[in-house]
Amino acid sequence: MDVKSEKRNEVVLQGNEACAKGALYAGCRFFAGYPITPSTEIIEMLAGEMQRAGGAFIQMEDEIGSACAIIGARWGGSKAMTATSGPGYTLMQEAIGFAAVTETPIVIVNVQRGGPSTGQPTRSSQQDIYQARYGSHGDYEIIVLSPSSVQEMYDFTIRAFELAEQFRTPVILLSDEVVGHMREKIFIREGSEVIKSEKHRYVVSPQEDFFKGANTTVEGQLHDERGRRIGHIATKSGDFIYNINKKIRDNIDSIASIDTYCMEDADVAIVAYGSVARPALNAVKHARGIRDDRILPKTRIIRDLFKRGFSKTLKTDYSHLKVGLVKINTVWPFPEELLRQATGNVDTVIVPEMNIGKYSREIERVLKDKLVVPMAKCGGEIHTPTEILDKILEVSGLDEEAVK
Amino acid sequence: MNKLYEKYIKKESLPTLFCPGCGNGIIQRAAIEAIDNLGCRKETACVSGIGCSSWIPCYLQMDAIHTMHGRALPFAEGLKLSQPDKKILVFTGDGDCMAIGGNHLLHAAARNIDLTVVMVNNNIYGMTGGQKSPTTPLEAKTKTSPFGCIDMPMDACALVMTLGASYVARWTTAHPVQLAKAIAEGLLHKGFAFIDVLSQCPVQAGKSIWGEKDPAKIMKMYKEHTYMVKEGEFDPAAADRAGDKKGKIPIGLFRNDPDAPEYLEKVKAKLSQCGIK
Repeated sequence: MDVKSEKRNEVVLQGNEACAKGALYAGCRFFAGYPITPSTEIIEMLAGEMQRAGGAFIQMEDEIGSACAIIGARWGGSKAMTATSGPGYTLMQEAIGFAAVTETPIVIVNVQRGGPSTGQPTRSSQQDIYQARYGSHGDYEIIVLSPSSVQEMYDFTIRAFELAEQFRTPVILLSDEVVGHMREKIFIREGSEVIKSEKHRYVVSPQEDFFKGANTTVEGQLHDERGRRIGHIATKSGDFIYNINKKIRDNIDSIASIDTYCMEDADVAIVAYGSVARPALNAVKHARGIRDDRILPKTRIIRDLFKRGFSKTLKTDYSHLKVGLVKINTVWPFPEELLRQATGNVDTVIVPEMNIGKYSREIERVLKDKLVVPMAKCGGEIHTPTEILDKILEVSGLDEEAVK
Repeated sequence: MNKLYEKYIKKESLPTLFCPGCGNGIIQRAAIEAIDNLGCRKETACVSGIGCSSWIPCYLQMDAIHTMHGRALPFAEGLKLSQPDKKILVFTGDGDCMAIGGNHLLHAAARNIDLTVVMVNNNIYGMTGGQKSPTTPLEAKTKTSPFGCIDMPMDACALVMTLGASYVARWTTAHPVQLAKAIAEGLLHKGFAFIDVLSQCPVQAGKSIWGEKDPAKIMKMYKEHTYMVKEGEFDPAAADRAGDKKGKIPIGLFRNDPDAPEYLEKVKAKLSQCGIK
């Protein structure tokens, strides 16, 4: 992540707190929200910190009101954010469409929990991956970032504000309960970044903020460059739709971001995003025999002894697996080209996700020449590294017996 | 063209979407007059929801945001919190404000946040073609109450007064001078100013609600079927919700309490009390 700052402080923070800190650093000075598990720590922290930083905070009557209030505040000139989970995110969908069509730069954090409906308020999931992309009615493109660590909660929040202002679009930070509630040591920056708003380069209907004497008209109907409705003119309306989609799709190179790990000589790639990228990374380390000095992964062997049995835990050999990881940071727009390049040499791709197996469809669409194996896991528990490795053994036919 | 219109209307957006005889033009004119009299055009932004009345600010040469159905108030609250020194004028309708946006109305009124809300009340969903709204009188036959409306109509003024709105008035399109004065007072007022404006919809509500589709005659009925009350005389608890077609509707300035604590002032006071700002 390209974040400019001089002084960096080392702190231990929870994912949700890091998100709040990142927003303040990015110059966010308006927060409206409504409490909902598991995102509540964000509104709790900003209830005090936002006003201490000279911004405004309001607890709205619902998530619809929260999403609308941040759009209103952004037209007043304040960078603005809201945070929610599950049902709250569903309630915000209409406002996300409104922000897309009016080209309002806002940031919405969705700390995913299990659904549908009230679902599993305290457990994690990645079930909103398509809702984040297609949630509001109508055709629009949107930018969605998926953090997999507390540091990324901080960095990606800042990046979300940059992208929102650059492309004048709503940006979704699609986190989940695991990342939102974990605590890690991270680096945060002092002070505040000044993110400039891009008014003309990518924007279809550039509008000045309010109270600048520009007689701005912000219009939720399809509109021309001056905000006048064009819904009754088919050609102009069609062009408008193409243009608000194109401004993001055509600039995917400057938006898309992935990280790769041990992909240089890999035969099998794990493609993961969000919290699931963590066990995926541990799986790669485990197979590759990369030393991990952290205490927690070591203690996990006890869990495995119980869950998988002694002989399977101690005797399974993964060292012959040439596994690599592709971690997707910008889940939408889908980073097609980067993914193709990163997986050029592999023939099998495993896609672990904490949902019914959604994002793997997108990967199948792009990597038609490869064996793409979805690895769905619902119920609120994250994949374990050995689960992922066992799946690789299973699908590649390289189980330990065959090698011995 | 009228001089005020020359100054305030976006000519390139004309003609308006309003049907002939609609009350929106009168309300738009009253709002322009209020803003012009106060000379606060540069410090005022308009926010509106969805519905016929929410098109009123879209023709003004001012900053305006035409938002989502029912959500004008939360947009306005965000804008106000972002720009506490500016004036926010909200245009909304009876369905927009009280049905889909009812929750936001309750909370904005309870906060007593400094907004000026003009609720254009035509007792019907006009834009969608004449369905019953929260203020449709009992027994009125509409497209969605073909056998007569059975839902007790709501009194928006009584509702917001109960919750703590500090400026509340009701006028009709037959009282344009008083309406302009009320909008001006609302804009000057520090707190939640709510103005319920009875407005004719000759096309969708004419026959079914008032038994009359001539706009001039509906306006005449507004004069005949209303009575003036003085400030403080309107009791929200005793407000007649039945909306009997033969009954008279109270109009006038119901409450003007400049001393009621306003939301942003309360925030400011609390922060300085805690030594934050």
